[in-house]
Amino acid sequence: MGMTMVEKILARATGQAAVKAGDVVEPKVDLAMSHENAALVLNQFLEIYKDTGLEANVWDPAKITIIFDHRVPAESSKTATNQKKVREFVAKQGIAKFHDIRGDEGGICHQILPENGYVRPGYVVVGTDSHTTSHGALGAFAFGVGATEMASVWALGSVLNVEVPGTIKVIANGKFPKHVLPKDLILYLIGKISAEGANFKVIEFHGEAIRTMPTSGRLTICNMSVEAGATSGIVPPDAETQRYLKEVAGVRETVATFGPDPDAAYDQVVEIDVSSLEPQIACPHTVDNVKPVGAVAGTPIQQIVIGSCTNGRLDDIEVAAKILKGKKVARGVRMLVFPASGRIFREAMAKGYLTTLMEAGALVANSGCGPCLGVHQGALGDGEVALSTTNRNFKGRMGNPNSEVYLCSPAVAAASALTGVITDPRRER
Amino acid sequence: MAKVVLKLGDDISTDIIYPGRYMATVLPSETPQYAFADHAEFNARLKKGEIPPGSVIVAGKNFGCGSSREQAASCLKGPDLVVVARHFARIFLQNSINLGLRTVICPEIEADEGDELEITADKVVNKTKGKTFEVVPLPKARQAIIDAGGLIPYTRQRVLAGKK
Repeated sequence: MGMTMVEKILARATGQAAVKAGDVVEPKVDLAMSHENAALVLNQFLEIYKDTGLEANVWDPAKITIIFDHRVPAESSKTATNQKKVREFVAKQGIAKFHDIRGDEGGICHQILPENGYVRPGYVVVGTDSHTTSHGALGAFAFGVGATEMASVWALGSVLNVEVPGTIKVIANGKFPKHVLPKDLILYLIGKISAEGANFKVIEFHGEAIRTMPTSGRLTICNMSVEAGATSGIVPPDAETQRYLKEVAGVRETVATFGPDPDAAYDQVVEIDVSSLEPQIACPHTVDNVKPVGAVAGTPIQQIVIGSCTNGRLDDIEVAAKILKGKKVARGVRMLVFPASGRIFREAMAKGYLTTLMEAGALVANSGCGPCLGVHQGALGDGEVALSTTNRNFKGRMGNPNSEVYLCSPAVAAASALTGVITDPRRER
Repeated sequence: MAKVVLKLGDDISTDIIYPGRYMATVLPSETPQYAFADHAEFNARLKKGEIPPGSVIVAGKNFGCGSSREQAASCLKGPDLVVVARHFARIFLQNSINLGLRTVICPEIEADEGDELEITADKVVNKTKGKTFEVVPLPKARQAIIDAGGLIPYTRQRVLAGKK
């Protein structure tokens, strides 16, 4: 029997000819990522070495990356102190892939990793963030872990006792209609298979709509695979992956492409024709409560957010800028734009997108996770409604349990900013 | 015997268990104060010490979905609560096992607040309702970590054995 993408990657990472779903393995880690919660990882890491008489040193500083993004610049003295402790540890251990709060090289972890070429096809990537699934966009097996699990990785360089996951194959065929975007595909899929439909499984993406999708879109769909419960999303690396790593990430060496075996075994196959897909909205308070935009069009909103690890990339900002050019954000609507990294911020500035958005009335803020998880910036008032390109709409997600969050694509967000109600971008002239 | 102190529905996210705005607090010794912070009544009872160790939270499917924040497991481990759910989201379950938070997968569980449960390795008996429910074992891959008392002691053994 042939192997799926994740089986191939885990076979390589464990030095075996083959593994199959259900096997228990201990893969070597190629890249281990943390953000501010590195402060907790550090606490647990030191705990492992307590009373052992051994010095607490990480297994390989070159394979660890730490990015500050969740609360930048620090919103409290507590965060600032946590960041300081991590900064000191990074210096002591010689961790070079460290991205501090800076406009040149800072940003959201799930954008920093791809744009710096830290992730390569076939890698095993773990991150103390559930959206680590994003990096499957480059053909890696990338999954979220908790802080104590990461502390163990820092010590050993491998993930202990991993059960090889089964795989759901998603075949997305057809061409996206105007104003229908990769975000609509992943929202539709989550609505179809549910928030637990891929629990303990990997989603492998195939089909014409994936092959013709830029890496930015692949990052969006892999990012939100976790909202269907998936351990990871993954796109077989191809010519587009090679293009992205060479042209965008500046990777000089040739990157090999590979795919699953033709006779790989899948738990489930889901086919979707994107040609007939409509803009999708995930309604409060679960990500799988997905409806076509028409079902909720006209719902008044007070805040729009464009950004995050899901939809804060250059083409997302471009979509919004094109819709808002020469127009005005409706009165009574706060439109917040958070580019996914300093680099994207600067590129969007150079292309004039940020000026267009600001002239329309949007507020452009620094790169970071900000309002997505209600940690600082962009909290909602009691009874308020937000429409957001982020990835979660759980009760209380945007900082207030007495508010509602709808999730959508950048096109829906921008079209709705003009009207103050949820609006189908295909009606925009 | 353990009493059900909180009954919840399906898809209880880590944003509900431990809201994101308290994520700057990371230490397991400090997180319990924010457990279910938006469930004001339960949170107040927990903080006043009115909930005895071993008390049970009963939930539906996909408990702990969403963020990987380990605070969602440590805030329940601190007061030594037990979570019985129809099933759990992957990262939450893994975090719970790593920290030694007791989680019980019980796909048919029926229980209300105030019910008395008897929990064993293979079943949950709801004494109040007079019903018995099967327990699904935790993932076999994690058993060695459970046996070691959590991931920190398990990894410490590995580090000491020099098996890098």
